[in-house]
Amino acid sequence: MHVAHLSLHDFRSYPTLELPLEPGVTAFVGRNGQGKTNLVEAIDYLSRLASHRVASDAPLVRHGADQAVVRAAVVRDGRTATLEVEINPGKANRARVNRAQLPRAREIVGLVRTVVFAPDDLALVKGDPTDRRAFLDDLLVLRTPRLAGVRSDYDRILRQRNTLLKTAGAARRGSSSQEGALSTLEVWNSHLVTVGAELLAARLQLAHDLRPYVAKAYAAVARGAGRDDADLVYRSSFDTPEPADGRPTPTAAELTEPFLARLEERLKDELVRGHSLVGPHRDELLLSLASAETRLPVKGYASHGESWSYALALRLASYDLLRDDGDDPILVLDDVFAELDSGRRDQLAELVAGAEQVLVTAAVAEDVPKALAGARFRVADGEVRDDA
Amino acid sequence: MYEGVVQDLIDELGRLPGVGPKGAQRIAFHLLAADPTDVRRLAEALVEVTVKVKFCKTCFNVSSEDHCRICRDPRRDPSVLCLVEEYKDVVAIERTREFRGRYHVLGGAISPIDGIGPEQLHIRELMVRLADGAVTEVILATDPNLEGEATATYLTRMLKPLGLRVTRLASGLPVGGDLEYADEVTLGRAFAGRRSADD
Ligand SMILES: Nc1ncnc2c1ncn2[C@@H]1O[C@H](COP(=O)(O)OP(=O)(O)O)[C@@H](O)[C@H]1O
Ligand SMILES: [Mg+2]
Ligand SMILES: [Zn+2]
Repeated sequence: MHVAHLSLHDFRSYPTLELPLEPGVTAFVGRNGQGKTNLVEAIDYLSRLASHRVASDAPLVRHGADQAVVRAAVVRDGRTATLEVEINPGKANRARVNRAQLPRAREIVGLVRTVVFAPDDLALVKGDPTDRRAFLDDLLVLRTPRLAGVRSDYDRILRQRNTLLKTAGAARRGSSSQEGALSTLEVWNSHLVTVGAELLAARLQLAHDLRPYVAKAYAAVARGAGRDDADLVYRSSFDTPEPADGRPTPTAAELTEPFLARLEERLKDELVRGHSLVGPHRDELLLSLASAETRLPVKGYASHGESWSYALALRLASYDLLRDDGDDPILVLDDVFAELDSGRRDQLAELVAGAEQVLVTAAVAEDVPKALAGARFRVADGEVRDDA
Repeated sequence: MYEGVVQDLIDELGRLPGVGPKGAQRIAFHLLAADPTDVRRLAEALVEVTVKVKFCKTCFNVSSEDHCRICRDPRRDPSVLCLVEEYKDVVAIERTREFRGRYHVLGGAISPIDGIGPEQLHIRELMVRLADGAVTEVILATDPNLEGEATATYLTRMLKPLGLRVTRLASGLPVGGDLEYADEVTLGRAFAGRRSADD
Protein backbone atom coordinates (compact mmCIF):
# COMPACT_ATOMS: atom_id res chain seq x y z
CA MET A 1 0.00 0.00 0.00
CA HIS A 2 0.99 3.62 -0.33
CA VAL A 3 -0.26 7.09 0.53
CA ALA A 4 -1.05 9.07 -2.62
CA HIS A 5 -2.08 12.26 -0.88
CA LEU A 6 -1.72 13.64 2.63
CA SER A 7 -3.80 16.54 4.01
CA LEU A 8 -3.18 18.10 7.39
CA HIS A 9 -5.21 20.69 9.29
CA ASP A 10 -3.77 22.08 12.50
CA PHE A 11 -1.66 18.97 12.97
CA ARG A 12 1.54 19.80 14.93
CA SER A 13 3.24 22.77 13.22
CA TYR A 14 1.01 22.66 10.09
CA PRO A 15 -2.03 24.98 9.83
CA THR A 16 -2.85 23.35 6.49
CA LEU A 17 -0.92 21.14 4.16
CA GLU A 18 -1.80 19.39 0.90
CA LEU A 19 0.92 16.99 -0.15
CA PRO A 20 0.74 14.67 -3.16
CA LEU A 21 2.96 11.60 -2.80
CA GLU A 22 4.20 8.86 -5.12
CA PRO A 23 4.98 5.21 -4.48
CA GLY A 24 8.70 4.43 -4.17
CA VAL A 25 11.15 6.50 -2.16
CA THR A 26 10.38 10.03 -1.00
CA ALA A 27 12.88 11.97 1.08
CA PHE A 28 12.10 15.02 3.22
CA VAL A 29 15.20 17.08 3.84
CA GLY A 30 15.57 20.13 6.06
CA ARG A 31 17.19 21.48 9.17
CA ASN A 32 16.03 20.35 12.60
CA GLY A 33 12.73 21.59 13.90
CA GLN A 34 11.29 22.35 10.47
CA GLY A 35 8.45 19.81 10.52
CA LYS A 36 9.80 16.69 8.81
CA THR A 37 8.95 14.25 11.57
CA ASN A 38 5.55 15.90 11.96
CA LEU A 39 4.71 14.75 8.41
CA VAL A 40 5.54 11.09 8.89
CA GLU A 41 4.10 11.12 12.39
CA ALA A 42 0.73 12.04 10.85
CA ILE A 43 0.76 8.90 8.70
CA ASP A 44 1.85 6.76 11.64
CA TYR A 45 -1.00 8.23 13.69
CA LEU A 46 -3.53 7.32 11.01
CA SER A 47 -2.23 3.78 11.14
CA ARG A 48 -2.33 3.19 14.90
CA LEU A 49 -4.15 6.17 16.47
CA ALA A 50 -0.97 6.64 18.44
CA SER A 51 2.26 8.47 17.79
CA HIS A 52 5.75 7.06 18.04
CA ARG A 53 6.74 10.23 19.89
CA VAL A 54 4.07 11.04 22.49
CA ALA A 55 1.62 9.12 24.62
CA SER A 56 -1.14 11.72 24.65
CA ASP A 57 -2.96 13.44 21.81
CA ALA A 58 -2.73 17.05 22.99
CA PRO A 59 0.74 17.85 21.52
CA LEU A 60 -0.49 16.66 18.10
CA VAL A 61 -2.91 19.55 17.80
CA ARG A 62 -1.36 22.80 16.61
CA HIS A 63 -0.79 25.17 19.50
CA GLY A 64 -3.87 27.38 19.88
CA ALA A 65 -6.18 25.12 17.81
CA ASP A 66 -8.89 22.82 19.27
CA GLN A 67 -8.77 20.04 16.78
CA ALA A 68 -6.43 18.46 14.26
CA VAL A 69 -7.40 16.58 11.10
CA VAL A 70 -5.23 14.05 9.28
CA ARG A 71 -6.56 12.80 5.96
CA ALA A 72 -4.87 10.47 3.49
CA ALA A 73 -5.72 8.89 0.17
CA VAL A 74 -4.43 5.35 0.55
CA VAL A 75 -3.93 3.09 -2.44
CA ARG A 76 -4.11 -0.63 -1.86
CA ASP A 77 -4.25 -3.20 -4.66
CA GLY A 78 -4.96 -0.37 -7.12
CA ARG A 79 -7.99 0.89 -5.16
CA THR A 80 -7.99 4.24 -3.37
CA ALA A 81 -9.68 4.87 -0.04
CA THR A 82 -9.77 8.15 1.85
CA LEU A 83 -9.06 7.77 5.55
CA GLU A 84 -9.53 10.59 7.99
CA VAL A 85 -9.02 11.09 11.70
CA GLU A 86 -10.20 14.07 13.66
CA ILE A 87 -8.11 14.47 16.83
CA ASN A 88 -10.07 16.03 19.69
CA PRO A 89 -7.90 16.00 22.82
CA GLY A 90 -9.95 15.27 25.92
CA LYS A 91 -12.92 14.22 23.81
CA ALA A 92 -13.66 11.28 21.54
CA ASN A 93 -11.72 11.25 18.29
CA ARG A 94 -13.63 10.61 15.09
CA ALA A 95 -12.61 8.55 12.10
CA ARG A 96 -14.02 8.37 8.59
CA VAL A 97 -13.43 6.03 5.69
CA ASN A 98 -14.54 7.40 2.33
CA ARG A 99 -16.45 10.09 4.25
CA ALA A 100 -18.53 7.59 6.22
CA GLN A 101 -18.00 7.95 9.95
CA LEU A 102 -16.96 4.79 11.78
CA PRO A 103 -18.91 3.92 14.97
CA ARG A 104 -15.68 4.19 16.96
CA ALA A 105 -12.45 5.88 15.92
CA ARG A 106 -10.54 2.75 16.96
CA GLU A 107 -11.95 0.84 13.99
CA ILE A 108 -9.64 2.72 11.64
CA VAL A 109 -6.57 1.11 13.23
CA GLY A 110 -4.71 -1.20 10.88
CA LEU A 111 -6.29 0.04 7.64
CA VAL A 112 -2.99 1.79 6.95
CA ARG A 113 0.00 -0.13 8.19
CA THR A 114 3.30 1.56 8.88
CA VAL A 115 6.65 0.41 10.17
CA VAL A 116 8.63 3.30 11.62
CA PHE A 117 12.38 3.36 12.18
CA ALA A 118 13.37 6.16 14.54
CA PRO A 119 16.48 7.20 16.47
CA ASP A 120 14.78 6.04 19.71
CA ASP A 121 14.71 2.48 18.39
CA LEU A 122 17.91 1.73 20.25
CA ALA A 123 15.66 1.65 23.34
CA LEU A 124 14.03 -1.52 21.93
CA VAL A 125 17.28 -3.25 22.76
CA LYS A 126 18.81 -1.19 25.54
CA GLY A 127 15.66 0.05 27.27
CA ASP A 128 13.33 -1.46 29.85
CA PRO A 129 11.13 -4.51 29.25
CA THR A 130 8.26 -2.02 28.81
CA ASP A 131 9.79 -0.88 25.51
CA ARG A 132 9.88 -4.44 24.17
CA ARG A 133 6.35 -5.20 25.35
CA ALA A 134 5.15 -2.04 23.61
CA PHE A 135 6.99 -3.14 20.46
CA LEU A 136 5.16 -6.49 20.50
CA ASP A 137 1.79 -4.93 21.28
CA ASP A 138 2.08 -2.27 18.56
CA LEU A 139 2.85 -4.97 16.04
CA LEU A 140 0.05 -7.20 17.35
CA VAL A 141 -2.49 -4.46 16.81
CA LEU A 142 -1.33 -3.86 13.24
CA ARG A 143 -1.65 -7.58 12.50
CA THR A 144 -4.92 -8.06 14.39
CA PRO A 145 -6.69 -4.72 14.93
CA ARG A 146 -9.24 -6.31 17.30
CA LEU A 147 -6.44 -6.65 19.86
CA ALA A 148 -6.31 -2.86 20.32
CA GLY A 149 -9.41 -3.30 22.49
CA VAL A 150 -7.93 -6.24 24.39
CA ARG A 151 -4.78 -4.24 25.09
CA SER A 152 -6.61 -1.20 26.45
CA ASP A 153 -9.06 -3.35 28.46
CA TYR A 154 -6.12 -5.13 30.03
CA ASP A 155 -4.49 -1.84 31.03
CA ARG A 156 -7.70 -0.63 32.61
CA ILE A 157 -8.38 -3.87 34.50
CA LEU A 158 -4.82 -3.72 35.76
CA ARG A 159 -5.26 -0.17 37.05
CA GLN A 160 -8.49 -1.16 38.80
CA ARG A 161 -6.90 -4.23 40.34
CA ASN A 162 -3.78 -2.36 41.47
CA THR A 163 -5.89 0.27 43.18
CA LEU A 164 -7.84 -2.47 44.91
CA LEU A 165 -4.65 -4.20 46.07
CA LYS A 166 -3.37 -0.93 47.51
CA THR A 167 -6.63 -0.30 49.37
CA ALA A 168 -6.82 -3.86 50.65
CA GLY A 169 -3.16 -3.86 51.63
CA ALA A 170 -3.56 -0.60 53.52
CA ALA A 171 -6.74 -1.70 55.33
CA ARG A 172 -6.00 -3.54 58.52
CA ARG A 173 -5.99 -7.27 58.22
CA GLY A 174 -9.36 -8.75 59.08
CA SER A 175 -11.09 -5.37 59.03
CA SER A 176 -14.36 -5.22 57.16
CA SER A 177 -12.93 -2.95 54.48
CA GLN A 178 -10.25 -5.49 53.66
CA GLU A 179 -12.87 -8.22 53.42
CA GLY A 180 -14.91 -6.03 51.10
CA ALA A 181 -11.89 -5.40 48.89
CA LEU A 182 -10.98 -9.09 48.81
CA SER A 183 -14.50 -10.09 47.84
CA THR A 184 -14.27 -8.01 44.67
CA LEU A 185 -10.68 -9.04 44.02
CA GLU A 186 -11.92 -12.41 42.76
CA VAL A 187 -13.99 -10.60 40.17
CA TRP A 188 -11.02 -8.55 38.95
CA ASN A 189 -8.90 -11.70 38.97
CA SER A 190 -11.27 -13.44 36.61
CA HIS A 191 -11.37 -10.43 34.27
CA LEU A 192 -7.58 -9.98 34.45
CA VAL A 193 -7.07 -13.64 33.59
CA THR A 194 -9.61 -13.73 30.75
CA VAL A 195 -8.30 -10.62 29.02
CA GLY A 196 -4.66 -11.18 30.02
CA ALA A 197 -4.66 -14.74 28.66
CA GLU A 198 -5.92 -13.45 25.33
CA LEU A 199 -3.16 -10.83 25.19
CA LEU A 200 -0.53 -13.34 26.27
CA ALA A 201 -1.63 -15.99 23.74
CA ALA A 202 -1.39 -13.39 20.99
CA ARG A 203 2.08 -12.26 22.13
CA LEU A 204 3.38 -15.83 22.34
CA GLN A 205 2.12 -16.50 18.83
CA LEU A 206 3.70 -13.28 17.57
CA ALA A 207 7.07 -13.98 19.23
CA HIS A 208 7.00 -17.43 17.64
CA ASP A 209 6.17 -16.04 14.19
CA LEU A 210 8.69 -13.22 14.47
CA ARG A 211 11.65 -15.35 15.52
CA PRO A 212 12.85 -16.57 12.10
CA TYR A 213 12.29 -13.11 10.60
CA VAL A 214 14.51 -11.50 13.22
CA ALA A 215 17.28 -14.03 12.68
CA LYS A 216 17.14 -13.46 8.94
CA ALA A 217 17.01 -9.66 9.23
CA TYR A 218 19.91 -9.58 11.68
CA ALA A 219 22.05 -11.65 9.34
CA ALA A 220 21.20 -9.21 6.54
CA VAL A 221 21.97 -6.05 8.54
CA ALA A 222 25.06 -7.10 10.46
CA ARG A 223 27.79 -8.02 8.07
CA GLY A 224 29.44 -11.34 8.83
CA ALA A 225 26.60 -12.49 11.11
CA GLY A 226 25.18 -15.99 10.66
CA ARG A 227 21.60 -17.09 10.08
CA ASP A 228 21.17 -18.24 13.68
CA ASP A 229 23.01 -15.48 15.52
CA ALA A 230 20.01 -13.46 16.65
CA ASP A 231 17.32 -15.12 18.70
CA LEU A 232 14.44 -14.12 20.91
CA VAL A 233 12.45 -15.81 23.66
CA TYR A 234 9.25 -14.63 25.26
CA ARG A 235 9.41 -15.08 29.02
CA SER A 236 6.08 -15.11 30.81
CA SER A 237 5.48 -14.29 34.47
CA PHE A 238 4.16 -17.82 35.00
CA ASP A 239 4.96 -21.22 33.49
CA THR A 240 2.98 -21.57 30.30
CA PRO A 241 1.63 -25.05 29.51
CA GLU A 242 2.59 -27.26 26.58
CA PRO A 243 0.13 -26.57 23.78
CA ALA A 244 -2.11 -29.45 22.69
CA ASP A 245 -2.52 -30.78 19.12
CA GLY A 246 1.05 -29.93 18.14
CA ARG A 247 0.28 -26.20 17.98
CA PRO A 248 3.42 -24.10 18.47
CA THR A 249 2.00 -21.88 21.23
CA PRO A 250 -0.81 -22.29 23.79
CA THR A 251 -4.28 -20.83 23.30
CA ALA A 252 -5.87 -18.31 25.67
CA ALA A 253 -8.06 -21.10 27.06
CA GLU A 254 -4.99 -23.19 27.88
CA LEU A 255 -3.38 -20.25 29.66
CA THR A 256 -6.20 -19.22 32.00
CA GLU A 257 -5.80 -22.00 34.57
CA PRO A 258 -2.04 -21.68 35.21
CA PHE A 259 -2.43 -17.88 35.16
CA LEU A 260 -5.10 -17.98 37.85
CA ALA A 261 -3.14 -20.50 39.91
CA ARG A 262 -0.03 -18.32 39.90
CA LEU A 263 -2.14 -15.28 40.76
CA GLU A 264 -3.44 -17.05 43.84
CA GLU A 265 0.09 -18.05 44.89
CA ARG A 266 1.29 -14.47 44.71
CA LEU A 267 -1.68 -12.82 46.42
CA LYS A 268 0.12 -12.31 49.73
CA ASP A 269 3.05 -10.56 48.04
CA GLU A 270 0.66 -8.54 45.94
CA LEU A 271 -1.13 -7.22 49.00
CA VAL A 272 2.17 -6.24 50.59
CA ARG A 273 3.45 -4.52 47.45
CA GLY A 274 0.09 -3.09 46.36
CA HIS A 275 0.73 -4.12 42.79
CA SER A 276 -0.20 -6.95 40.40
CA LEU A 277 2.73 -9.31 40.07
CA VAL A 278 1.43 -11.83 37.53
CA GLY A 279 0.37 -11.20 33.94
CA PRO A 280 1.58 -10.01 30.55
CA HIS A 281 2.49 -6.59 31.99
CA ARG A 282 5.36 -8.32 33.82
CA ASP A 283 6.69 -10.28 30.86
CA GLU A 284 9.92 -9.84 28.97
CA LEU A 285 11.04 -10.42 25.41
CA LEU A 286 14.58 -11.70 25.81
CA LEU A 287 16.85 -10.84 22.91
CA SER A 288 20.11 -12.69 22.50
CA LEU A 289 23.09 -13.01 20.17
CA ALA A 290 25.37 -15.96 19.55
CA SER A 291 28.87 -15.28 20.84
CA ALA A 292 31.73 -17.75 20.47
CA GLU A 293 30.48 -20.90 22.22
CA THR A 294 27.57 -19.32 24.06
CA ARG A 295 24.59 -17.08 23.69
CA LEU A 296 24.49 -13.71 25.46
CA PRO A 297 21.67 -11.29 26.12
CA VAL A 298 21.81 -8.21 23.92
CA LYS A 299 21.02 -5.87 26.77
CA GLY A 300 24.14 -5.26 28.82
CA TYR A 301 26.41 -7.35 26.58
CA ALA A 302 26.17 -6.30 22.95
CA SER A 303 28.31 -3.49 21.53
CA HIS A 304 26.73 -0.25 20.38
CA GLY A 305 26.94 -1.38 16.74
CA GLU A 306 25.45 -4.81 17.49
CA SER A 307 22.65 -3.17 19.46
CA TRP A 308 21.82 -0.93 16.51
CA SER A 309 21.87 -3.91 14.16
CA TYR A 310 19.47 -5.74 16.44
CA ALA A 311 17.11 -2.76 16.69
CA LEU A 312 17.05 -2.43 12.90
CA ALA A 313 16.50 -6.18 12.61
CA LEU A 314 13.40 -5.93 14.84
CA ARG A 315 11.92 -3.25 12.57
CA LEU A 316 12.87 -5.05 9.37
CA ALA A 317 11.43 -8.28 10.73
CA SER A 318 8.16 -6.46 11.52
CA TYR A 319 8.06 -5.20 7.97
CA ASP A 320 8.71 -8.63 6.44
CA LEU A 321 6.16 -10.30 8.71
CA LEU A 322 3.43 -7.78 7.87
CA ARG A 323 4.24 -8.10 4.19
CA ASP A 324 3.97 -11.87 4.30
CA ASP A 325 0.63 -11.47 6.10
CA GLY A 326 -0.84 -9.78 3.07
CA ASP A 327 0.22 -6.32 2.05
CA ASP A 328 3.22 -4.05 1.95
CA PRO A 329 3.27 -1.68 4.91
CA ILE A 330 4.52 1.87 4.44
CA LEU A 331 8.11 2.19 5.61
CA VAL A 332 9.12 5.30 7.50
CA LEU A 333 12.78 6.02 8.21
CA ASP A 334 12.74 9.04 10.49
CA ASP A 335 16.19 10.54 10.88
CA VAL A 336 17.86 7.15 11.34
CA PHE A 337 20.64 7.25 8.78
CA ALA A 338 22.54 9.92 10.71
CA GLU A 339 22.71 7.46 13.64
CA LEU A 340 24.30 4.65 11.66
CA ASP A 341 27.81 3.98 10.44
CA SER A 342 28.24 3.84 6.67
CA GLY A 343 28.19 0.02 6.56
CA ARG A 344 24.82 -0.33 8.30
CA ARG A 345 23.49 2.68 6.44
CA ASP A 346 24.10 1.13 3.01
CA GLN A 347 22.93 -2.27 4.18
CA LEU A 348 19.65 -0.86 5.46
CA ALA A 349 19.13 1.27 2.34
CA GLU A 350 19.56 -1.75 0.12
CA LEU A 351 17.12 -3.83 2.18
CA VAL A 352 14.31 -1.27 2.10
CA ALA A 353 14.81 0.12 -1.41
CA GLY A 354 12.31 -2.31 -2.95
CA ALA A 355 9.37 -1.47 -0.65
CA GLU A 356 6.21 -0.09 -2.20
CA GLN A 357 6.58 3.22 -0.36
CA VAL A 358 9.49 4.47 1.71
CA LEU A 359 9.37 7.86 3.46
CA VAL A 360 12.73 9.13 4.64
CA THR A 361 13.56 12.21 6.70
CA ALA A 362 17.07 13.64 7.05
CA ALA A 363 18.67 16.89 8.12
CA VAL A 364 21.04 17.02 5.15
CA ALA A 365 20.77 15.46 1.70
CA GLU A 366 24.05 13.55 2.18
CA ASP A 367 22.42 11.52 4.96
CA VAL A 368 20.07 9.90 2.44
CA PRO A 369 21.90 6.88 0.97
CA LYS A 370 22.40 6.74 -2.80
CA ALA A 371 20.43 3.51 -3.03
CA LEU A 372 17.34 5.47 -1.99
CA ALA A 373 16.99 7.64 -5.07
CA GLY A 374 13.51 9.05 -5.57
CA ALA A 375 11.40 12.13 -4.94
CA ARG A 376 12.89 14.90 -2.79
CA PHE A 377 11.06 17.52 -0.77
CA ARG A 378 12.65 20.39 1.07
CA VAL A 379 11.05 21.19 4.42
CA ALA A 380 11.62 24.66 5.88
CA ASP A 381 9.47 26.79 8.18
CA GLY A 382 6.50 24.45 7.82
CA GLU A 383 6.59 24.68 4.01
CA VAL A 384 7.07 21.50 2.02
CA ARG A 385 8.44 22.16 -1.45
CA ASP A 386 9.23 19.80 -4.29
CA ASP A 387 12.99 19.77 -4.69
CA ALA A 388 13.16 18.13 -8.10
CA MET B 1 -15.09 40.51 39.38
CA TYR B 2 -18.64 41.76 39.79
CA GLU B 3 -20.55 43.17 42.73
CA GLY B 4 -21.20 40.58 45.48
CA VAL B 5 -24.51 38.90 44.60
CA VAL B 6 -23.88 38.96 40.84
CA GLN B 7 -20.52 37.30 41.30
CA ASP B 8 -22.11 34.74 43.62
CA LEU B 9 -24.61 33.89 40.89
CA ILE B 10 -21.83 33.57 38.29
CA ASP B 11 -19.85 31.30 40.62
CA GLU B 12 -22.85 29.05 41.26
CA LEU B 13 -23.72 28.79 37.56
CA GLY B 14 -20.09 28.03 36.74
CA ARG B 15 -20.30 24.92 38.91
CA LEU B 16 -22.95 23.34 36.66
CA PRO B 17 -21.81 20.63 34.25
CA GLY B 18 -20.95 21.96 30.79
CA VAL B 19 -20.97 25.61 31.88
CA GLY B 20 -17.62 27.40 31.76
CA PRO B 21 -16.80 30.82 33.27
CA LYS B 22 -17.81 32.62 30.05
CA GLY B 23 -21.08 30.75 29.80
CA ALA B 24 -21.83 31.41 33.46
CA GLN B 25 -21.41 35.13 32.87
CA ARG B 26 -23.67 35.01 29.82
CA ILE B 27 -26.44 33.19 31.70
CA ALA B 28 -26.14 35.55 34.68
CA PHE B 29 -26.52 38.65 32.48
CA HIS B 30 -29.43 37.02 30.68
CA LEU B 31 -31.16 36.43 34.02
CA LEU B 32 -30.49 40.02 35.17
CA ALA B 33 -32.14 41.36 32.04
CA ALA B 34 -35.04 38.88 31.99
CA ASP B 35 -38.59 39.37 33.26
CA PRO B 36 -38.43 38.92 37.06
CA THR B 37 -41.48 36.61 37.06
CA ASP B 38 -39.72 34.22 34.67
CA VAL B 39 -36.64 34.19 36.85
CA ARG B 40 -38.75 33.59 39.94
CA ARG B 41 -40.40 30.60 38.22
CA LEU B 42 -36.96 29.14 37.51
CA ALA B 43 -35.89 29.73 41.11
CA GLU B 44 -39.02 28.01 42.38
CA ALA B 45 -38.46 25.01 40.14
CA LEU B 46 -34.93 24.73 41.49
CA VAL B 47 -36.08 24.87 45.09
CA GLU B 48 -38.89 22.44 44.38
CA VAL B 49 -36.60 19.70 43.09
CA THR B 50 -34.57 19.84 46.26
CA VAL B 51 -37.70 19.49 48.37
CA LYS B 52 -39.86 17.21 46.27
CA VAL B 53 -37.54 14.87 44.43
CA LYS B 54 -36.60 11.97 46.58
CA PHE B 55 -35.29 8.55 45.95
CA CYS B 56 -37.62 5.59 46.11
CA LYS B 57 -37.18 3.78 49.42
CA THR B 58 -37.43 0.43 47.67
CA CYS B 59 -35.56 0.76 44.39
CA PHE B 60 -33.63 4.10 44.63
CA ASN B 61 -35.19 5.42 41.44
CA VAL B 62 -36.04 9.15 41.52
CA SER B 63 -39.51 9.68 42.88
CA SER B 64 -41.71 12.48 44.18
CA GLU B 65 -43.04 10.20 46.89
CA ASP B 66 -41.60 7.63 49.24
CA HIS B 67 -42.11 4.96 46.61
CA CYS B 68 -41.70 5.53 42.90
CA ARG B 69 -44.39 5.18 40.25
CA ILE B 70 -43.02 1.83 39.09
CA CYS B 71 -42.83 0.28 42.56
CA ARG B 72 -46.41 1.44 43.24
CA ASP B 73 -47.84 0.15 39.94
CA PRO B 74 -49.66 -3.16 40.68
CA ARG B 75 -49.51 -4.18 37.00
CA ARG B 76 -45.72 -4.50 37.11
CA ASP B 77 -44.48 -8.07 37.46
CA PRO B 78 -43.04 -8.46 41.00
CA SER B 79 -41.13 -11.62 40.11
CA VAL B 80 -38.61 -9.97 37.72
CA LEU B 81 -36.11 -7.41 38.91
CA CYS B 82 -33.85 -5.40 36.62
CA LEU B 83 -30.58 -4.11 38.11
CA VAL B 84 -29.23 -0.87 36.64
CA GLU B 85 -26.39 1.45 37.57
CA GLU B 86 -28.26 4.75 37.54
CA TYR B 87 -31.80 6.04 37.40
CA LYS B 88 -31.08 7.41 33.91
CA ASP B 89 -30.87 3.78 32.81
CA VAL B 90 -34.41 3.19 34.10
CA VAL B 91 -35.62 5.90 31.73
CA ALA B 92 -33.70 4.34 28.82
CA ILE B 93 -35.16 0.88 29.49
CA GLU B 94 -38.69 2.19 30.03
CA ARG B 95 -38.53 3.76 26.57
CA THR B 96 -38.10 0.33 24.98
CA ARG B 97 -41.42 -0.91 26.51
CA GLU B 98 -39.82 -4.34 26.54
CA PHE B 99 -39.69 -4.74 30.30
CA ARG B 100 -42.68 -5.14 32.64
CA GLY B 101 -40.93 -6.00 35.90
CA ARG B 102 -39.43 -3.72 38.53
CA TYR B 103 -36.03 -2.10 39.03
CA HIS B 104 -33.25 -1.76 41.54
CA VAL B 105 -30.88 1.18 41.05
CA LEU B 106 -27.39 0.28 42.31
CA GLY B 107 -26.05 3.81 42.33
CA GLY B 108 -22.99 3.14 40.16
CA ALA B 109 -20.61 0.33 39.28
CA ILE B 110 -17.69 -1.26 41.07
CA SER B 111 -14.60 0.79 40.30
CA PRO B 112 -11.66 0.81 42.75
CA ILE B 113 -10.11 3.79 40.93
CA ASP B 114 -13.17 5.84 41.83
CA GLY B 115 -13.30 4.40 45.34
CA ILE B 116 -16.47 2.43 44.63
CA GLY B 117 -16.78 -1.06 46.07
CA PRO B 118 -19.89 -3.17 46.80
CA GLU B 119 -20.43 -1.28 50.10
CA GLN B 120 -20.88 1.97 48.20
CA LEU B 121 -23.67 0.46 46.07
CA HIS B 122 -27.23 -0.43 47.13
CA ILE B 123 -26.39 -4.12 47.30
CA ARG B 124 -27.23 -4.68 50.96
CA GLU B 125 -30.70 -3.24 50.29
CA LEU B 126 -30.98 -5.54 47.29
CA MET B 127 -30.32 -8.60 49.42
CA VAL B 128 -32.99 -7.49 51.88
CA ARG B 129 -35.39 -7.03 49.01
CA LEU B 130 -34.74 -10.52 47.67
CA ALA B 131 -35.17 -12.18 51.07
CA ASP B 132 -38.93 -12.86 50.81
CA GLY B 133 -38.52 -14.98 47.67
CA ALA B 134 -41.00 -13.00 45.55
CA VAL B 135 -38.35 -12.25 42.94
CA THR B 136 -37.40 -15.26 40.80
CA GLU B 137 -35.42 -13.63 37.98
CA VAL B 138 -32.78 -10.90 38.21
CA ILE B 139 -31.70 -9.16 35.01
CA LEU B 140 -28.24 -7.57 35.13
CA ALA B 141 -28.46 -4.42 33.01
CA THR B 142 -25.19 -2.76 34.02
CA ASP B 143 -23.28 -0.82 31.35
CA PRO B 144 -21.45 -2.84 28.69
CA ASN B 145 -18.02 -1.61 29.82
CA LEU B 146 -15.33 -3.07 32.11
CA GLU B 147 -16.77 -1.71 35.35
CA GLY B 148 -20.31 -2.73 34.40
CA GLU B 149 -19.07 -6.22 33.54
CA ALA B 150 -17.17 -6.50 36.81
CA THR B 151 -20.30 -5.47 38.72
CA ALA B 152 -22.35 -8.03 36.82
CA THR B 153 -19.81 -10.77 37.57
CA TYR B 154 -19.81 -9.84 41.26
CA LEU B 155 -23.60 -9.88 41.45
CA THR B 156 -23.86 -13.13 39.53
CA ARG B 157 -21.61 -14.80 42.09
CA MET B 158 -23.75 -13.45 44.92
CA LEU B 159 -27.15 -14.19 43.42
CA LYS B 160 -26.70 -17.58 41.75
CA PRO B 161 -26.36 -19.44 45.09
CA LEU B 162 -29.76 -18.03 46.11
CA GLY B 163 -31.36 -20.17 43.40
CA LEU B 164 -32.49 -17.20 41.31
CA ARG B 165 -32.51 -17.10 37.54
CA VAL B 166 -29.78 -14.55 36.76
CA THR B 167 -29.69 -13.15 33.24
CA ARG B 168 -27.53 -10.65 31.39
CA LEU B 169 -28.62 -8.48 28.46
CA ALA B 170 -27.79 -10.02 25.09
CA SER B 171 -24.71 -8.70 23.37
CA GLY B 172 -25.20 -6.25 20.55
CA LEU B 173 -24.97 -3.22 22.77
CA PRO B 174 -22.04 -1.05 21.75
CA VAL B 175 -19.11 -2.37 23.77
CA GLY B 176 -17.43 0.12 26.08
CA GLY B 177 -20.54 2.23 25.98
CA ASP B 178 -23.21 3.53 28.25
CA LEU B 179 -26.64 1.93 28.50
CA GLU B 180 -28.14 5.38 28.63
CA TYR B 181 -27.01 6.14 25.08
CA ALA B 182 -28.03 2.87 23.44
CA ASP B 183 -30.89 3.38 21.01
CA GLU B 184 -34.31 1.95 21.85
CA VAL B 185 -34.31 -0.77 19.22
CA THR B 186 -30.88 -2.13 20.19
CA LEU B 187 -31.66 -1.98 23.88
CA GLY B 188 -35.07 -3.59 23.35
CA ARG B 189 -33.46 -6.40 21.41
CA ALA B 190 -30.81 -6.88 24.10
CA PHE B 191 -33.64 -7.32 26.62
CA ALA B 192 -35.61 -9.76 24.54
CA GLY B 193 -32.50 -11.86 23.86
CA ARG B 194 -31.16 -11.92 27.43
CA ARG B 195 -29.41 -15.09 28.44
CA SER B 196 -28.31 -16.81 31.59
CA ALA B 197 -25.33 -15.08 33.20
CA ASP B 198 -22.32 -17.26 33.77
CA ASP B 199 -19.41 -15.94 35.77
N1 LIG C 1 1.40 21.14 18.62
C1 LIG C 1 2.29 21.94 18.00
N2 LIG C 1 1.93 23.19 17.64
C2 LIG C 1 2.82 24.00 17.01
N3 LIG C 1 4.08 23.64 16.70
C3 LIG C 1 4.47 22.42 17.04
C4 LIG C 1 3.61 21.50 17.69
N4 LIG C 1 4.29 20.35 17.92
C5 LIG C 1 5.52 20.54 17.42
N5 LIG C 1 5.64 21.79 16.89
C6 LIG C 1 6.83 22.35 16.28
O1 LIG C 1 7.28 21.48 15.27
C7 LIG C 1 8.68 21.52 15.24
C8 LIG C 1 9.26 20.14 15.27
O2 LIG C 1 8.94 19.52 14.09
P1 LIG C 1 9.60 18.16 13.70
O3 LIG C 1 8.79 17.61 12.59
O4 LIG C 1 9.80 17.31 14.88
O5 LIG C 1 11.02 18.66 13.20
P2 LIG C 1 12.08 17.91 12.33
O6 LIG C 1 12.04 18.59 11.01
O7 LIG C 1 13.35 18.14 13.05
O8 LIG C 1 11.70 16.47 12.24
C9 LIG C 1 9.18 22.27 16.45
O9 LIG C 1 9.66 23.51 16.04
C10 LIG C 1 7.96 22.43 17.28
O10 LIG C 1 7.93 23.67 17.92
MG1 LIG D 1 12.70 14.84 13.19
ZN1 LIG E 1 -39.13 2.28 43.27
